[in-house]
Amino acid sequence: MLKVKNLHASVDDKEILKGVNLEVNAGEVHAIMGPNGSGKSTLAAIIAGKDTFEVTQGEITFNGEDISELDPEERAHKGIFLSFQYPVEIPGVSVTNFIKTAIKETRRANEEEDMPASEFLKLIKEKADLLAIDRKFLSRSLNEGFSGGEKKRNEIFQMAMMNPKLSIMDETDSGLDIDALKIVAKGVNKLKNKDNAILVITHYQRLLEHLVPDFVHILIDGIIVKTGTKELAYELEEKGYDWIKEEVKT
Amino acid sequence: MNLKDKLVSSFLAFDDYLEDSSPIHDIRNKAIKIFENKGFPTKKEEAWKYTSLNPIVNKDYSIFPKKESSIEFKDVKRFFLHDIDTYKIVFIDGIYSSYLSETIHDNMDICLLSAALKKPKYRAVIEVYYNKIAENDSLTSLNTAFAKEGAYIYIPKHKEVEKPIEIINFATGNEAALMMQPRNLIVVGENAHVQIIERHQSLSENAVFTNSVTEIFAEKRAYIDYYKIQNDASNASLIDNTYIKQEEESHCSVHTFSFGGNLTRNNLKFYQHGEHCDSTLKGITIIENKQHVDHSTLVRHIAPNCESHQDYKGLYADSSTGVFNGKIVVEKDAQKTNAFQQNNNILIDDKATINAKPQLEIFADDVKCSHGCTIGQFNEDALFYIRTRGIAKKEAQALLMYAFANTVLESVKIPELKVRINKLIAKKIGVSIGFNI
Ligand SMILES: Nc1ncnc2c1ncn2[C@@H]1O[C@H](COP(=O)(O)OP(=O)(O)OP(=O)(O)O)[C@@H](O)[C@H]1O
Ligand SMILES: [Mg+2]
Repeated sequence: MLKVKNLHASVDDKEILKGVNLEVNAGEVHAIMGPNGSGKSTLAAIIAGKDTFEVTQGEITFNGEDISELDPEERAHKGIFLSFQYPVEIPGVSVTNFIKTAIKETRRANEEEDMPASEFLKLIKEKADLLAIDRKFLSRSLNEGFSGGEKKRNEIFQMAMMNPKLSIMDETDSGLDIDALKIVAKGVNKLKNKDNAILVITHYQRLLEHLVPDFVHILIDGIIVKTGTKELAYELEEKGYDWIKEEVKT
Repeated sequence: MNLKDKLVSSFLAFDDYLEDSSPIHDIRNKAIKIFENKGFPTKKEEAWKYTSLNPIVNKDYSIFPKKESSIEFKDVKRFFLHDIDTYKIVFIDGIYSSYLSETIHDNMDICLLSAALKKPKYRAVIEVYYNKIAENDSLTSLNTAFAKEGAYIYIPKHKEVEKPIEIINFATGNEAALMMQPRNLIVVGENAHVQIIERHQSLSENAVFTNSVTEIFAEKRAYIDYYKIQNDASNASLIDNTYIKQEEESHCSVHTFSFGGNLTRNNLKFYQHGEHCDSTLKGITIIENKQHVDHSTLVRHIAPNCESHQDYKGLYADSSTGVFNGKIVVEKDAQKTNAFQQNNNILIDDKATINAKPQLEIFADDVKCSHGCTIGQFNEDALFYIRTRGIAKKEAQALLMYAFANTVLESVKIPELKVRINKLIAKKIGVSIGFNI
């Protein structure tokens, strides 16, 4: 589904990604872990189409198509979704209306019929229930004054509503309390199927207990230095990153 | 002959045909002298530093239209709030159109100033209110000198007007360049309620220069909501002088939506004479190309325990220019005043400019005043966030614009008008999605 080959990216002549290779197939869950500032969010944002980063080398394909020249919205139309590490506050736009517009515009771009209002309402109810979101919440301004955990849960709610093919979850777990983490993980598991894929960025093993990855990648200083299975996450939790850094040096 | 000389010399002919007994005869004569002395304001004056009238006053305007014009309702229907029932006071090239209007004289007067100036039964009202809060700056004086037509609205006490009143001034373009000077007088009695929508609409690309004066009197506990829709053709310029005098516990709001026109100057002045008054001044400006919109506001807090709220939002594209000059005066008796002013601007292009200048003059010691002014660009992070949800750049910008302007839109009390303004905004920024936020 997603293929990232030898991706180099920089901002203001500072190289952040230094040759990332990553392949995510339908039905898989991948986790990316790595120290602060190693480039995880940068990678996620570049896949989603952020153009403040300059891709200097390499390529990104999605279902066989080169997407590196596409706008963020065009990537979204193809089914790429980014759950932000820091969701942006948009005062004056309600959660419901935002999602309604997002679905409408995506359908329009894909030359699909508008979603009937009744179907939309049903979907909203279903997904809000799935993520245990109070309906009152949905009429509030998008992310404005939301607590850290509420913002994250709202990201996953949008994800559930948009039903993407590739979901990139950038540190969705930071900010969520223990119960909320379980609810969100359960919700994401429900959305998972053989046709879609999930890329989770996390610092902690906890989320991965509920959302079990097929692969765990370690990104250090702009490069994936190690790929393993879920056991690698446990190892990191115990030992930190130093041993990997040592391993890489030698 | 320049426009000033032309105006002064035509006044002689204009005044001749007035009856000597007219209650406003003297007022007019004084006014033309003031205009003759002062002339059109220039950029040398502090209040006109950022707005030049030169490009406008250099045209050869007809001051009195040569012939009466008529227009078909179907051709102008879209300028009315046609989905609901309204009273209508309509002028075509400055002349009252009874055909397009819907007036009333039953227990209230929603009609014409020309009638009110002539008929003896209105004389008492004219004597008490006419030209009593209008100032004597040169442009207001010019209007006062030539004023003979406009809306006359008198709502007696305890009357709640059941539907909005639309005041529409059409310009047909039958003259190559036309100058109009409508004059409105609005008196809202004790505990009476009224909603008014005012619009100036040119129907051609010919030059139009409107110098309008509106005097509004809100008696005790009166409620007035006034909406100005400025979405005129690209060669129409407007100077709007609106004066509002508020008595005890009255509530007045003026919302100004400036999307069209060539040059627009809004002089909006509130005078709070009674205690516990509430004044709201809000505006959304969305302009492009070489358009220019200038908001000059004044709220004069004279009595104690009053509030004023100002919220002006501006979006400037291309090389358009905006001015916001917001003045709050709190006189020494006006203790416990709460005065707020907010002015936020987004420059969509590098060539667009805004000059914003809040002014506070506070002579009382126990007051709460705040003002905030921001000038910025679209938040790139917010744009990216919205676009990752499948909403294209232009629509994402539109969404941010709506969100930005929403604090002004949300207080529009006529739902159909709100829908209409939403559509105007969508059209202005070229998107087809209605966000209905
Ligand atoms: N716009 C930018 N301008 C300059 N430097 C940037 C910019 N964006 C990111 N960086 C830098 O790139 C590096 C990688 O940042 P990134 O946000 O991708 O890290 P991360 O792995 O997600 O870290 P964390 O775990 O703290 O979220 C950091 O050093 C960061 O300061
Ligand atoms: Mg990050």
